[in-house]
Amino acid sequence: MSELRDPTIEEFYKYCSERKLMAVRCIRCRQVMVPPRAICSNCRHSRVEWVELGQRGKLVTYTIVHVSPPQFKHMTPYAVGIVEMPEGVKIPSIIRTSRPEDLKIGMQLEADFSPRPQEGGWPNWPRYFFKETE
Amino acid sequence: MRGKPLATIISAGVSKFGRREGVYARELFAEAALSAFHRVEKLDPSKDIKAAFIGQMSEAYEHQAHTAPIAASWAGLFPAPAMRIENACASSGSALRCGIMAIMSGLYDIVLVGGVEKMTNQPTPEVTGILATASDYPFEQWNGMTFPGLFALMATVHMHEYGTTEEQMAAVAVKNHKNGALNPNAHMQKEVSMDEVLKSRLVSWPLKLYDCSLITDGASVVILTKPKLAKKLSDNYVHIIGTGQAQDTFCLHERESLTTVKAAKTAAQEAYKMADVRPKDINVAELHDCFTIAEIIGYEDLGFCRPGQGGKYVESGAPDLNGSMPVNTSGGLKSKGHPVGATGTAQIHELYLQLTDQADRRQVKDAKIGLAHNLGGSGATAVVHVLKGS
Repeated sequence: MSELRDPTIEEFYKYCSERKLMAVRCIRCRQVMVPPRAICSNCRHSRVEWVELGQRGKLVTYTIVHVSPPQFKHMTPYAVGIVEMPEGVKIPSIIRTSRPEDLKIGMQLEADFSPRPQEGGWPNWPRYFFKETE
Repeated sequence: MRGKPLATIISAGVSKFGRREGVYARELFAEAALSAFHRVEKLDPSKDIKAAFIGQMSEAYEHQAHTAPIAASWAGLFPAPAMRIENACASSGSALRCGIMAIMSGLYDIVLVGGVEKMTNQPTPEVTGILATASDYPFEQWNGMTFPGLFALMATVHMHEYGTTEEQMAAVAVKNHKNGALNPNAHMQKEVSMDEVLKSRLVSWPLKLYDCSLITDGASVVILTKPKLAKKLSDNYVHIIGTGQAQDTFCLHERESLTTVKAAKTAAQEAYKMADVRPKDINVAELHDCFTIAEIIGYEDLGFCRPGQGGKYVESGAPDLNGSMPVNTSGGLKSKGHPVGATGTAQIHELYLQLTDQADRRQVKDAKIGLAHNLGGSGATAVVHVLKGS
């Protein structure tokens, strides 16, 4: 866990390419934040540190998207949701599941990653996503 | 300032809303402006209107940025300064606040405020993508979120926590289409049945096609002046007595609660306080029903009913045209249509008609106080205005 990396969105996705789901935490009030940022959303303090989130979280809400923008057409319909991590931060995510009808508020999900695209311009980000626990 | 007029609306106009093939944003805007100008014969628009504040969301539809001078000049306002205000679906609600501030500052005596969006020249998936740009790119759009998707995430929790049903959401659509059927400028002037709403295809579960507002071309305009000049210019004027705007976290997932739009609550409190009115004093309201769940949450955030009771509130008939608190007499975004940038001032146009007794078949009897509730994005921006008839 490095505190030296800047609290930027680009660094968040660099961590994802290392298969790490990260957030920033305010060193004063301990607020944990995604997206990462330099100024605390709770107390406005301007020093934050990176923390690694656990692999599992709880589904807070979800939907099944049937009408999507062109870049998601290949996977439509798909589930998206908000997942609450044990560290107290929530993150939005695609939920990969073969049984969307089994999704339930409160269920446990597990983080996973897909690699950074080989080529292409900005944004060349990898993806984090959540899936059913094994 | 409590209860005193901040600025006064001497006229309002809209273009016909709908799929306006071959008609571009600037032309829609000119159409709305002309309809507003026709109501105030004493005004010489090109001479008397000193500035224009114009809401428009996206340049992607027509490959056109820097749109305010285009819209203003097509409306005959030249060389008056023109500003584009962009706050997603709350663009022209926000533009209205800029107009109020311009009048209150004393800089101008008369200004034009409006909004426009041309949307139907793009196919639905592209429109879905363009609208999604008003959500967070690296975390929401990147994760496949769409606007129906974001509001569906709120609906899922509202259903889970409060037992709100798909039928209650459908009741909002049925009500608003019933009103829209009476509005000659509405996009879909057609009633829909509960069954049609419930059986319509899924857009983002639990939201179905008829839970969603329409992809619409349209424009709207209001003309503002100082309260003391209003009488000289028009016999039909409406005072703005309260304005509120607030911000919530940009991303939906950062909110403490997903069953309320905190910015709307804050904006409403500010506007109510300034206007010195309470929710029960409101006679007619235009709510931001971009999705049926948004109107249900809107009832709660504005204090029309208690938190969690929005579904039961619509079932009670209170927000019907002949109910105790008629909501979206225009048909709302649902039936009148939602040309994003035009929506905020289109709501004000409807209230102007209601409060000057010009709403024809959808007139609310003795309407004196009106409220407009305009959301941007998933609620990072909310704007509330309170209007009073003269």
